[in-house]
Amino acid sequence: MPETRTRNLRRSGVQPESMQTRINDFVIKIANVNGTGSASANGLLMKAIFRMGIPVVGKNFFPSNIQGLPTWFEIRVSREGYMARSGRVDIMVAMNAQTYAQDLADVSPGGYLLYDSTWPRDKQLVRDDITVIGIPLSQMVNTHFENVRARILMKNVCYVGALAALLDIDMQVITQLLKETFGNKEKLIAGNLKSIELGYNYAKEHCKCPLPLKLERMQATADHIMVDGNTMAGLGCVYAGATVGAWYPITPSTSLMDAFKDFCERYRVDKQSGKHRYCIVQAEDELSAIGMVLGAAWNGARAFTPTSGPGISLMNEFIGFAYYAEIPAVLFDVQRVGPSTGMPTRTQQSDLLFCAYASHGDTRHVLLFPADPGECFQFAVQAFDLAEQLQTPVFVMSDLDIGMNDWMVPKLKWDQNYIPDRGKVYSREQLESMQVFRRYIDNDSDGICYRTYPGVSAKGSYFTRGSGHNRFGGYTEDAAEYQDVLDRLRRKHDTAKQLVPAPVLRIKKGVKTAIVSLGSCDGAVLEALDVLAREGTEVNYLRVRAFPFNRQVEEFLDGHEHIFVVEQNRDAQLKSLLLLETRVEKRKLTSILHYGGMPIDSRCITEGISKALAKGAAA
Amino acid sequence: MSFMQKPKVSHSQRLHNELGLSLRDYEGSMSTLCAGCGHDSITAAIIQAFWELNIEPHKVAKMSGIGCSSKTPAYFLSQAHGINAVHGRMPSIATGANAADRNLYYIGVSGDGDSLSIGLGQFIHALRRNLNMLYIIENNGVYGLTKGQFSASADVGSKAKKGEVNLQPPIDPAIAALTLGGSFVARSFSGDKAQLVPLIKAGIMHNGFAMLDVLSPCVTFNDHEDSTKSYAHTRQFYHPAVHADFIPSKQPIRAAYDNGDAMPVELHDGSTVVLRKVSKDYNPTDRAQAYSYLHAHQKRGEIVTGLLYIDEAQREMHELSNTVGQALRDLPYSELCPGSAALEELQSQYC
Ligand SMILES: Cc1ncc(C[n+]2csc(CCOP(=O)(O)OP(=O)(O)O)c2C)c(N)n1
Ligand code: SF4
Ligand SMILES: [Mg+2]
Repeated sequence: MPETRTRNLRRSGVQPESMQTRINDFVIKIANVNGTGSASANGLLMKAIFRMGIPVVGKNFFPSNIQGLPTWFEIRVSREGYMARSGRVDIMVAMNAQTYAQDLADVSPGGYLLYDSTWPRDKQLVRDDITVIGIPLSQMVNTHFENVRARILMKNVCYVGALAALLDIDMQVITQLLKETFGNKEKLIAGNLKSIELGYNYAKEHCKCPLPLKLERMQATADHIMVDGNTMAGLGCVYAGATVGAWYPITPSTSLMDAFKDFCERYRVDKQSGKHRYCIVQAEDELSAIGMVLGAAWNGARAFTPTSGPGISLMNEFIGFAYYAEIPAVLFDVQRVGPSTGMPTRTQQSDLLFCAYASHGDTRHVLLFPADPGECFQFAVQAFDLAEQLQTPVFVMSDLDIGMNDWMVPKLKWDQNYIPDRGKVYSREQLESMQVFRRYIDNDSDGICYRTYPGVSAKGSYFTRGSGHNRFGGYTEDAAEYQDVLDRLRRKHDTAKQLVPAPVLRIKKGVKTAIVSLGSCDGAVLEALDVLAREGTEVNYLRVRAFPFNRQVEEFLDGHEHIFVVEQNRDAQLKSLLLLETRVEKRKLTSILHYGGMPIDSRCITEGISKALAKGAAA
Repeated sequence: MSFMQKPKVSHSQRLHNELGLSLRDYEGSMSTLCAGCGHDSITAAIIQAFWELNIEPHKVAKMSGIGCSSKTPAYFLSQAHGINAVHGRMPSIATGANAADRNLYYIGVSGDGDSLSIGLGQFIHALRRNLNMLYIIENNGVYGLTKGQFSASADVGSKAKKGEVNLQPPIDPAIAALTLGGSFVARSFSGDKAQLVPLIKAGIMHNGFAMLDVLSPCVTFNDHEDSTKSYAHTRQFYHPAVHADFIPSKQPIRAAYDNGDAMPVELHDGSTVVLRKVSKDYNPTDRAQAYSYLHAHQKRGEIVTGLLYIDEAQREMHELSNTVGQALRDLPYSELCPGSAALEELQSQYC
């Protein structure tokens, strides 16, 4: 409890933190009610900080609801560029009476709480270790705006104004941002500016501005963008040359297809005829969505489907079909909290094992683990290459945190020389010049066979089936013929090791303790490594970026004695996968698990490691 | 089912169509269905229809789900790409394939279990999208491949071979297709090749989703006296109607049977089913009339066949989504990738 922490601080004679000036290093959390339009106000605040050249990241904690339930937005300002949650709340903007008690308790000692003082606060709820700032937001806004909806929206913009004064945000930056957002809608700009001013002036008059927590211009965000992973994955599909997208709406993947559609409307509509160079089908369910992807890919188009865990559950039968019949497919699993419907608006990495071996029978798939929106773009493109090279489904394992939150990432670059790798496909000319075409013969001894597109040549025809087949594509129930194909599929999956993205390593020679992690844990791990190093504990780091694991992963595991596997699920799925698919000894691996649905923070990692190491030392 | 070696569905090999191809060029591998299975007759009609239409076999994509009926794409057009999907999910495969290349001919073969039980959702959504394909339901009232359980098309009161009586109302694919906005609704019988071949041809040439429900007796599990697919039952409720087979003028199809009278058809075990052509004043472009006609006759247990409804003007999937005419799969990458300058420009919006 915060109370206890404060008492300890006082007793130990440490100055309350509020006395210290903290520049470009704090967390603002805004508590609001879903459906009140706070997203644009919060976005404005974050973007303004970004424009001041200061590294910043925002996390949206929203309910599975359209209107009325509580929602929070957490902005971390970090001059060091840390992208994970810090576990602190330095400034709470408490706009939701429903959650006031909790929000008050969440403020870190020495922090601030800003509330709408139009209405009295609950007298029972007090903390003497934080500073409370009252601003009559509703009162000011209501005197200036008639319209009910405007009053609700502008109240949010008004607290941005107050924060601008308290934190020393450049007002010019805010004005410029409003102009960019609203273009020539002068009235909207004026209304927003007015609300900003109301908050700004009130704070200036009544509070000591700026607070010891404040912003100062930096140059750390040049060549960076602020963007979410779903947008970047959708863009990646466009750049990869995908033409068919099939989907069924599901949080948190929906915005991926929205983005693809927007980009297609921008880049893929024929100027003269208005015709589309793409086809998006909103399917009746995910089962159909994956069927459409397979039909399109079988017919030679690059096709994909974005979904989340429940969708993958439905797709399972077809995933096995695609694996066995060797049809390329790209699936984006924007993971959310399971099991079942779980918590649709919370994040997790809990579909790893499920996707690695999805569908009945002996199946194994290729998974990619992007860590941020930049990698969502990169891996989207690569996923299509891999799917076609390997003629198999490829899963891009994103999650809600990456997919729906805005991250600061280096600007994307596009290699003009990139040519899609369509894999082994016989052309009409090749077919016409050959004796006979056989679909499942391993000519190149890499487990990958040559395929043909329908309609190209009578000589290329074959029958694609999910029932037992031999290397010629014929139906079989013969043990040896069946095994022949199944064993080749295993070899093909081994070939994938050389094609998938390599892990990212951070190693110092001689260090025997290490972290292995993946995906959206990256930010928290990188911060934890710094914290641990400051405390004198050197830890190496490997971030896996794909399954199957390649040699570098094996060697890293070989080279370390004590390995912490950091992941966001209950059952240590990455650890299980490592144990199943590498030669690592079980005793070397210790899990650090975080699975409550909020993105992982570094503290969970540093505490986990320190505790384990202390226990090891004591033993 | 038997897996005895049987000769391929055989045809006269001397005749050649305009492409110089014989019927043999439209055949597939040997059927492994029971001798006398209705599905094999439909296969023969499909072969005949494509041959008569002078379509290059490799310009066809054939697909199916799972079931005895769904095995049949292997038995025709061996020079065409085929895909045997999972149970009840062929429509989604067809949708994707068609999305990728709108210029091939698509034929899907399904069963009453495949389309009306497990796959009902996909079936009606493909129909709703007006996907440009011929969709054949080889309807025998049972699950042949899993040995004779009732399917969703089994009639009330129909008795299974083992004696169980079906009590649930059937799903009639023709009535469903009419109700759900289908643009081509037809019904035929595997034993009436003269009627079936022109209907298949019309279905292939139709611009949109051509639903062709073909009664196709399962000689092994649903061809006995108490089955409502039997002659005795049908004849009891039989009511003659007049001619109404509809074939769009632009299509090279000739009416191949006598108009008017009901047609008694002998089934494998010697019993007979009565199929009837629709009446002369019947208007196959009037959905409401078609529906009430079918409904009225179905209530009496009658089986109305022919091209029951057609709307050639209804827009198919690509027309609805305004896709380019060329196959998406064949578009050059340079037309698909916006390039580095566009990426640079786009990102200013995220700064
Ligand atoms: C998911 C799934 N469930 C069950 C089956 C078993 N199964 C195979 S075919 C079939 C029924 C086929 O009936 P129908 O479509 O009417 O074809 P018919 O054999 O009568 O031609 C069933 C239930 C399966 N293959 N897949
Ligand atoms: S549908 Fe009936 S008759 Fe035809 S192959 Fe199957 S079991 Fe045999
Ligand atoms: Mg059946």
